[in-house]
This record gives sequence, structure tokens and C-alpha cells, in this order.
Amino acid sequence: MNFLNILNEIEKVDAEIYDRISPRRAAMKDFFSFGKKVAAASVPLAVGTMFKKAYGQSASPAAINALNIGLAIEHFSAAFYSRGFTDAPFGAASTAAADKAAIGIIRDHELGHVKFLQDTIKAAGGTPVAAPLASSYDFTGKGEFSRPFQNLDSFLKIAQGLEDVALRATKGLAEDLMGSPFLTAALNMHAVEARHSTKIRLIRISRGLSGSLQPWISLNDETDARPGQGAYSGEENVSQLGNTITGINGNSSVDAARATEAFDEPISKAGLKSVLAQFNVII
Amino acid sequence: MKNLIQEEKEVTHDSGVILNSVLPRRSFLQFAGAGAVGVALMAAGCSKDKDYVGPTDPIVPGENKVELGSGDNGILNYALVLEQLEAAFYTKVVESFWSGISEKERDFITDIQLHEIAHRELLKNVLGDKKIGNLAFDFSKINFSDKNSVLNAAKDLEDLGIAAYNGVAPLLKSKDALLTAAKIVSVEARHAAYIRETLKQNDFASGVVGADGQDRALKPSDVLSFAKQYITTEINASNLPTA
Repeated sequence: MNFLNILNEIEKVDAEIYDRISPRRAAMKDFFSFGKKVAAASVPLAVGTMFKKAYGQSASPAAINALNIGLAIEHFSAAFYSRGFTDAPFGAASTAAADKAAIGIIRDHELGHVKFLQDTIKAAGGTPVAAPLASSYDFTGKGEFSRPFQNLDSFLKIAQGLEDVALRATKGLAEDLMGSPFLTAALNMHAVEARHSTKIRLIRISRGLSGSLQPWISLNDETDARPGQGAYSGEENVSQLGNTITGINGNSSVDAARATEAFDEPISKAGLKSVLAQFNVII
Repeated sequence: MKNLIQEEKEVTHDSGVILNSVLPRRSFLQFAGAGAVGVALMAAGCSKDKDYVGPTDPIVPGENKVELGSGDNGILNYALVLEQLEAAFYTKVVESFWSGISEKERDFITDIQLHEIAHRELLKNVLGDKKIGNLAFDFSKINFSDKNSVLNAAKDLEDLGIAAYNGVAPLLKSKDALLTAAKIVSVEARHAAYIRETLKQNDFASGVVGADGQDRALKPSDVLSFAKQYITTEINASNLPTA
């Protein structure tokens, strides 16, 4: 573990990290005097202690729990894309190499999320959930998706649902991260899941197999065979903060489809649990 | 300017939807006094200790500036700056698509325009009489008949929008406002990925998402200094929360 990297990583998502740390002279003093005496292997412990002091009470049990739910999803995503990158038949289509490269980019992001969340949870004094054995996952979603690593369309359908569910989960958990220094990181990661979802959707659209599929979630994507039961329930909402978005303020072109597309909705914890349970992902 | 005037007509207030506190623009102008009195009131409200400051309306003759205010409303006004910018930009794009645009591109970019209008109008309604007025824009740097010019500008605006929301959403005190910001920012990320892929295959995250898989978060000062190339209205963001 590279301490400077961690500070760097955290600084990216929490520009005030140094301000948080530096006024706490005691914490820094502890850290540096401690750091001099210990072997490099002990540094993670020291770092965790320092962050706990720097962030004080901000890492609530609810925040740690929210991060761990995120981590459980990222473990699954990383396993799913790692295997897909190796095994999925990208075929002889003219775009096969590019599609495989895209899955590789996404896999790397998911691995980055896993590492970031593990480091962050540890630093905040929590225990990161362990990665289950890849063989414990049910990648067929209880049989809904046949042979996902032999059939590219099945694979892409799961990928799309997974990205959308992951980002919907973050919205549902955001409240638990309020006031913690981890909210920005969660939002940063969730925007990346949205980029992934759109990329996957564009691959599916280019394969011509998805009818009216769009780069964004439209209504509740009913027209598409659903990637994951319940993955999109609630997305048909057209009301935001007491305002009906359809035709808002006389803009009649903002029809119901556009009104739903303009806002990605959260998924409830119960909904999330049930979607993930299909794949044997336990949260 | 034609655009802005048209948009202004489109957004006439529908009594069924809007908070009661929103005054139609004309009466708001009258109310604000359109001149020295309004400005003096604003200046008097500029103490950092006040919970909320502003707004002024840039339509006030000779006063092409806005004050975003402080607290959650300040952050929402900041979001409204970005959504006004994006909506105005895409409205220009849609009014004069580059030649040779495909039907799919036309459909999806029109969708994006309407998403941005939905964001802008929601923020206006939520802010009610605390909302900033309509900003003035200058898109003369963009060649709207050139696909690359348009899409490169769109890419920068979408990436910027994501980083802007990510930078300030954690400062919101209201959980409803936070959730709404989160609902919007992932849609901006979808736009960014679509625009980037339309420009160049597999460019959906390059340059902005690092090995850690994180999008950017930027401070308002950085965002606004970039956005300034298109916004001619002077924006005072100095009362926004910083922590």
C-alpha cells in the first residue's frame, strides 16, 4: 500500500483532505512519529488511525455500510467483466476488437472501484466485505440469461442492467453518506457507471437487436427484455420535487419519455437486494 | 438572442405545476424595481453571514450580472447556471443541425436538449423567487455547421457538468436536493458518454476517468472560469458554501 497514493486518491475526491488533516496537529504528529518507528507493512494501520482522527466521527456505521454495499456490487461487477473480457465471444464483427477493448476499460474501472472502496473503508476504520468466490455467483440470474459468457447479447444485457442498478443503488445510498467525506467519491464513481451504461447501450444499439433502446433509461425500459427483474422499476417516475416534468412550464416537447430519461431514479434497498439476489450477490 | 426570447415564451408559467411563490417574469421585474433600488437591496444582502443572498435579474438594463446566493439555494442556482448554458447550447444545435447528421444523431441530440430543458425548468420551479434570471450567452466560438466543433463543445460541457455537480452536491444540506442532483448528474454522464462515442469510438471515459474509475469533481470557481467563454453574464459565486 502506497500512502502517498492514498492521499492522492483521497485528494481527488476530497479537495479538503489536507485541510482536514493539518489542523489536527495531534493526528499528524502521532502519525509521523509513529510512522518513523514502524515498518512499511504497518503503514495501513497508521493511515487508518490518522484518517479516523482527521475525519472524526464522519464515518458513521451507516456510511461504512453504504460503502460496503457498493463494494459488494463492485466485487460482482469486477468478476463479471473479468470473465466476460476473457470468455465472451466478441465474434468476427467489424467492431469486435473495439467492443472487447470497451469491456476491458470498464473492467479496469470496476477493479479501480473495488480497490478504492477497500482502501477507503479500511481508512475509515471499517472492514471491507471480502470478495466471494467467482463460482458462488449465478451469472445467469437464476436462468433468466442463458449462457452469458457464450452469448454476447446475454452478456451485454446483464452488463447494462448491472451498470444501471449500480448507479441507482448509489442514489439510494447517498443519503447515508451525507456529511461524510465519501459522498463525492460515491458520486464520482456513480457518474462512471452511467458512462458505462451508455457505452453498453450503444454497443447493443449497434448490434441492432434492441428495438427502441436508447443511450439513457427511457420510461422503465419495458420495450427491452429486462436485464434483471426489477432493475428498472421506479424509472417511469415523472415527478420531481413536487413538479410534474412532463410538459413542464409549457414545454410540450418534454413528453413522458423525455421526462423519465432526464432523471435517473434511485432503487430502494429492498429492490436492490432482490435484484442482486438473482445473481447470488448478498448485501 | 432569438433563441433566448423563444425559450422565454416557451416557459410561460403553468399554474398547475409551479410553486405559488413564482411570479411571472414581468411582475418580478416590476417587483425588483429594475434599477438602483434593486441593486442596493442586493448589495445590502451581500453579507456572508446571511443565509441567502440575491437574486438579481440580469435582464435589468445595464446590470448583466447575477448573484447565486448562499446555502442550498446558492448551489441550486449554480446548477441552474449550468443547465441554462447546456439548454441554450443544445437549442442552438437543434435549430441548425450540421449537414449530414444521421437520423439517430438528430433524435438523440434532441432528447439531450429536452433533458436539459427539463433540468433547467425544474430548478427554476424549485428555486421560485430565489432563482437567478436568464443568463446571456455567446456561442460564436462554435461553428454549428461543423459536427466536430459542435460535439467537442458538447463533450466539454457535459464533462464539466458532471464535475460541477460532483463538486457541490456533497455540500447540499437538503437530502431531497442531494437526491435530485444525483438523479441529474448520472444523466449528464450518459450524455457525455453518448457525445464522446459519437465523436470517437471507445472514448466514453478517456481523459476524465482515471485508473481509480472516478469521474472528476471540480470547484465552482474552476467550472465557472471555463464556462465564462460562453456566458456573458457576470456571475458572483462567492457566497456559495465551500464546506
